[in-house]
Amino acid sequence: MSESDLAMHGHEALMEPSPYAIPSRKLTVWLFIISDAVTFGAFLFAYGYLRVATPNWVRPFESSSVINVILMTFILITSSLTMLGAVDSAKAGDKPKAMRFLYSTMLLGILFAALHIREWFQLFARKITISSGVFGQSFFTVTGLHLLHVIGGVIAMLVVAALYARGRLTPGHVETMGLYWHFVDLVWMFVVPLVYLTNIAH
Amino acid sequence: MTAATSSANVIRKYLPVYFVLLAIFLAEVFLSFQHFSTGFLVAILLGLALCSVGLGLMYFMHLAQERRSLFLSLIPATIFVLLMMNMIWSDSFRILRMHSP
Repeated sequence: MSESDLAMHGHEALMEPSPYAIPSRKLTVWLFIISDAVTFGAFLFAYGYLRVATPNWVRPFESSSVINVILMTFILITSSLTMLGAVDSAKAGDKPKAMRFLYSTMLLGILFAALHIREWFQLFARKITISSGVFGQSFFTVTGLHLLHVIGGVIAMLVVAALYARGRLTPGHVETMGLYWHFVDLVWMFVVPLVYLTNIAH
Repeated sequence: MTAATSSANVIRKYLPVYFVLLAIFLAEVFLSFQHFSTGFLVAILLGLALCSVGLGLMYFMHLAQERRSLFLSLIPATIFVLLMMNMIWSDSFRILRMHSP
């Protein structure tokens, strides 16, 4: 590469093409998602280990909890759909529509977190806490980690939405935000059956 | 086609996936109220959860539209790591047997 090439094209001429034909930002988020999936996997395996190794495992979830979980799952899956709408609207150049979808997704995320915290308080009232036994430790750790991801996702979405509205971020950034949000939804698809549905009080 | 129309079409395109995800979840809830053994129930629920996750990965996260090399780089390694975590089960059953009845 000659000096004149560098002068004309800058260091861009020296850069390798993006692997997998996606921007580095998107690849980074995918790699983060994979590492986070493995982290959740470790927590869920630990939960499973404790469940198998503990006789007389607590099964605290009554019908009201199951209805709450159904509602929460419906909200989270719907938020994934609205996020999809935000990403596609952004890519299509329809910024007002993308913003409406982003606000809807944030609202649904907040609603999910509120229902989740309400359920936690219902368990606290029944003396089931993080320090009340093996079930409490594992349940609140797994669901707490997921709730943290939801709240973090809502905050990140707020920042992305604000900067995208001002034109400082591109539709690509909305897309990478969308990847994270879908991941949070998919993790819930594993948390619900393993942590809630197998612990229904019969 | 305007941008607004294009966006609406895409939502409509993914609505079937959305309803299938909801249906899978409701099936999981229904199955959890049947009187299956815990191990059998976990196996069924995990299978259904994997179907949900597969649909979400491919369609909501658009992994089906990415290059095959991305899929092959990410997914098999993740599955391998998660499968390796299965080493712990023999220890958990051993501990269960060690507890007094």
